[in-house]
Amino acid sequence: MTTAITPLLGAVRRDLLIAVRRKSEVLTALFFFVIVVSLFPLGIGPEPLLLKKIAPGILWVAALLATLLGLPRLFAGDHADGTLEQMALSPSSLSLLVAGKIFAHWLLCGLPLVVLAPILGLQFDLDADALSLLVVTLLLGTPVLSLVGAIGAALTLGVRGGGVLLALLILPLYIPVLIFGAGAVEAQISGLAAEGHLSLLAALLALAAFFAPWATTAALRIALE
Amino acid sequence: MTTTNRLSQIFYHYASPATFYPLAGKMIPVFVVLAALFGIAGLWIGLFVAPTDFQQGEGYRIIFVHVPSSWMSMFIYCVMALWAGIGLTMNTRLSSMMAQALAPTGALMAALSLITGALWGKPMWGTWWVWDARLTSELILFFLYIGFIALQASIDDPRRADKAGAILALVGVVNIPIIYFSVTWWNTLHQGASVSLTKAPAMAQTMLWGMLLMALCFWMYSIAVALIRVRAIILERERHTEWVKQLLAGEKHAGA
Repeated sequence: MTTAITPLLGAVRRDLLIAVRRKSEVLTALFFFVIVVSLFPLGIGPEPLLLKKIAPGILWVAALLATLLGLPRLFAGDHADGTLEQMALSPSSLSLLVAGKIFAHWLLCGLPLVVLAPILGLQFDLDADALSLLVVTLLLGTPVLSLVGAIGAALTLGVRGGGVLLALLILPLYIPVLIFGAGAVEAQISGLAAEGHLSLLAALLALAAFFAPWATTAALRIALE
Repeated sequence: MTTTNRLSQIFYHYASPATFYPLAGKMIPVFVVLAALFGIAGLWIGLFVAPTDFQQGEGYRIIFVHVPSSWMSMFIYCVMALWAGIGLTMNTRLSSMMAQALAPTGALMAALSLITGALWGKPMWGTWWVWDARLTSELILFFLYIGFIALQASIDDPRRADKAGAILALVGVVNIPIIYFSVTWWNTLHQGASVSLTKAPAMAQTMLWGMLLMALCFWMYSIAVALIRVRAIILERERHTEWVKQLLAGEKHAGA
């Protein structure tokens, strides 16, 4: 049975399979996340009240950086061995395949962060409500990071100094996600309502899910020319 | 119908680098002179005519550089994205060259706005920097310019650099309002110690005139500099064509 999203599922399955065969790449980004979060108390000092206050920001910034780490590899392997050109030539739409690859990237780089974040949050003395809200914001926000990051990964494909350039291009665009993601948890800790932040995060996700695969495809076609 | 045809004819005629190059050469002196005239008038009003502010003393006069450069930094990004978008969709080389020529001026304006803002902030608020919504979004705009310039600089093939830059500029334009509002809400949420810039006291008429004249001066300066830069880009990219060879040979002849 083939439906419109069969190519998307195929792309997801393929990227997950590759990641399972090469586990170290996923685990590296995950440990990077843990290490960056652990560095902040060492740099700032072990004062629990201060750490509790800045915990949402630290976790979110670390999540941004950890997502960034995996992005250069999103298309690089397929570009190097010619798979990307075959994808562009295939009868199914390149945007769908790209959407599948982005989704797989989120499953591999974003979802583990969501699962791990509450454990790290415990180290910062966040209570159960704050932790569950942190998970919700990361669940809404990390897909946006993968989607927007994919545009940057496609633009810097095969370009000199790609990794650093990618960070330069993408980090300013991550700012709204950071603000609303960390802001929701901070608002909740200080006793304010967080629903507004969550709605805005969801709106960003909807916007990015619609436009990003399309922009990424355009950027990939330029890189393949 | 005939006028639109005529307009599009003119547009396509000057969309060719070979015909635009001499036109730009003729336009540059006009804009340089206009920039100088507006600049002299604006600075004269700003420094000598405008009254001293009763709260801020003489220090406020940096506003005559600060506000126009902030306006230009935002406006140039939109113009740059527009040219980049035209270059991407209509495949006109000159449009992409215009976008590339505008980027350094835009980045300069953003930097100027940040620096003058810091110089203004120190005597007025007692600090070089506050995490005010406007300051922060200006800083992010500066980052966006740097990203655009860095991306174009790191791609060797000019056509690919143009197109990749165009996509980045367009993504940036979609993001600018989102970034601006998110930073504004972030700021109001934090209730920081920042001084509100929006509740500025009503401005004297002469101050407004000075600012408008300086804004016009910055406009003319930006156009002149962008045209000079686009001429250099045209020469660099079209150096293998016959008309550039003839032009350079003619210049060498005239120089000797």
